[in-house]
Amino acid sequence: METMERHSYDVVVVGGGPGGACAAREAAKAGLKTLLVEKRQEIGTPVRCGEGIATAWLDQIGVQPGKEWIANEVDGARIFAPNEQYITLDAAQAGNETGFVVERDLFDKFLAREAIKAGADMWVKTNALGLVMEGGVPVGVHARKLNKDVEIRAPVIIAADGFESRVGLWAGIKTQLKPKDIEACLQYRLVGVDCDPRYNDFYIGSNHAPKGYLWVFPKGEGEANVGIGVSLAASPGLATAKNCLDAWIKRHPGYAKGKSIEDVAGAVSVSQPLKRTVADGVMLVGDAARLVDPLTGGGVANACVSGMYAGKAAKLAHDAHDFTATFLQCYEKMWRDELEEQLMRNYMAKETLSKLSDDQLNKIVDALQDVRIDKVTTLEILKAVQAKYPEIVKEFEAMLAA
Amino acid sequence: MRQVDRDTCMHCSACVGTCPFDAITLFDMHIVFNEKCVDCGMCDRVCPVGAITPIPGTERLKAKVRAAA
Repeated sequence: METMERHSYDVVVVGGGPGGACAAREAAKAGLKTLLVEKRQEIGTPVRCGEGIATAWLDQIGVQPGKEWIANEVDGARIFAPNEQYITLDAAQAGNETGFVVERDLFDKFLAREAIKAGADMWVKTNALGLVMEGGVPVGVHARKLNKDVEIRAPVIIAADGFESRVGLWAGIKTQLKPKDIEACLQYRLVGVDCDPRYNDFYIGSNHAPKGYLWVFPKGEGEANVGIGVSLAASPGLATAKNCLDAWIKRHPGYAKGKSIEDVAGAVSVSQPLKRTVADGVMLVGDAARLVDPLTGGGVANACVSGMYAGKAAKLAHDAHDFTATFLQCYEKMWRDELEEQLMRNYMAKETLSKLSDDQLNKIVDALQDVRIDKVTTLEILKAVQAKYPEIVKEFEAMLAA
Repeated sequence: MRQVDRDTCMHCSACVGTCPFDAITLFDMHIVFNEKCVDCGMCDRVCPVGAITPIPGTERLKAKVRAAA
């Protein structure tokens, strides 16, 4: 039998995406002996992302926009109804949800470099396989590093293992999602298309993407990420995402002439955040904690912010020599104070949106043509719709009361 | 127990995160099912490219036995 390698750290972070890198950077900066492990052989690939990110939060995590990972800067967003009438929102109206279309592989590498510069250790091609338990408490992770079994001892384990999170499950946290809270996604990076590089486009309605949306995020002139997310609740058969995306592209000649240089598959949670994101010795961040914005499906910002907080909490736990779930509640409080309200609000919005018929969506977008609103909120939308299609607002009320 | 069409699979892990039973692991470019699989079919539905399908007939039982072994 081969001898097991043993290593000892203050913090081990599982998953080398943006959430993990920000957690590792923060922990290392605080002077903790930190290890970041990534199951793939390369940070950032394969990309599993639409690559549209907001800009406002970059400041918060202390990151300056970098030329090498920004492909395009957009002015705003366009929302297309089922009949393809659309409204244009500038950045402020869209709640600063748009900004950059990035190269996610390069962005992830940039953040990983930041973590390493802060002093974190990094292993790629290292797959976490289970928790090391002692007296019923997690004290590290078992992993497969290249062809070796390794035991990584660390009193703090930060689970940044994404949508496919399993560390949380191992720690006894209920991370399972309902079908209606999962979107299956597929995207092509199309070259040679007619796209408007100034806008991120969102197509809503059942003919575009059943209980989800289809996006066109321009990477620049003539090149765009064209992708789709469809709810599992609306995916009875096989390959619903691919079938819907292919059919949509075929119907749109400006995109049908494009050729893909990168196919991207994946899934994203559009759920409420987990009820509990800590266990003894364990904190869940980003997609693993189900912190993806349920309305937009955007996960990078919340992953970075929660990762940063988990890194801070790791330092507090070490200072207090207390790694219990009770102590780690401080992490839970940090992210909830900042992110929970918006996540819950957008979950409600997503639930409402998924119940609207194509006819209702057409009328809403039509009603919004005539008004100038400063910021798109549910209330502003309702006011505009009330003015033109009062019967729809009645239907909303019935729906919200139900 | 499910079968994966390895030519179609994009090893995106959508099935890994969707599985309610922790029955799927991604090893490099291989999706591997373990004995916890109860054939609920959630993975078929989430796979964006339709690479996962049920194993028909007695092959299913054989695959279960292999996974448990």
